[in-house]
Amino acid sequence: MNVENAVPDQARMVKVPNAQGFHARPVMRFVDTAGQFLSEVQVRKGGQVVDGKNPMEMMLLEATQGTELEISASGPDAAPAVDALAQLVESGFGEM
Amino acid sequence: MKLSDFIVADAVLPELKATDRNGVIREMVSSLAACTGLDEDAAASIAKSVIQRENQGSTGFGKGVAVPHVKHAAIKKITATIGRSSVGVDFAALDRAPVYIVVLLLSPPDNPDQHLASMENIFRHLQRDNFRRFLRQASTKEEINELIREADELPG
Repeated sequence: MNVENAVPDQARMVKVPNAQGFHARPVMRFVDTAGQFLSEVQVRKGGQVVDGKNPMEMMLLEATQGTELEISASGPDAAPAVDALAQLVESGFGEM
Repeated sequence: MKLSDFIVADAVLPELKATDRNGVIREMVSSLAACTGLDEDAAASIAKSVIQRENQGSTGFGKGVAVPHVKHAAIKKITATIGRSSVGVDFAALDRAPVYIVVLLLSPPDNPDQHLASMENIFRHLQRDNFRRFLRQASTKEEINELIREADELPG
């Protein structure tokens, strides 16, 4: 199955709330959290889609404050994965 | 934005002398400070901040690269340098592997968007297998700067 073209099991839009944006430490926390789930995780910014478990790809999003991202997951624990990751972003990574 | 907009060519270190993480950070900050006119006190303060930041979470992103960085009041303009270690340095990287390519990025405190744009630029190139491999093989400052020039000329 081509995961990139498949409809994800769960998806949610979030907005990056913190002034520093999605910088390195938040990326590492995100990847760490995503890695706790079996599901494939993807993050989309406009037409750009990256692997939510790959920190280098995540840095390519250049998600500044206010950027809208879609977090999606496919797999057995897709719902809790999207919940946990959306919550992490919306909390401002503890920077607010 | 290009790599050569913020990587200071003269500050590039093709053979890091230090073999431990904190030593590498101090060596690279000193090199960048000497090339950008920062005094020793500022350099010491910056190095300390980079180490503190690294202690909060490793910037060893895996695949042999680390990108230690900090936002610091003594920095007026975003600057970076590249250091190469032939022996490998323990950065407590995500994949636990030693680090051979270190990119040190220093940003002013008040421009988070430009900081993210610079990081994007750095990782766009570092995620390419060839760029990492050629950097690891480059043994002189000129070779590293040539790789930076070539990277800047790639489309997109």
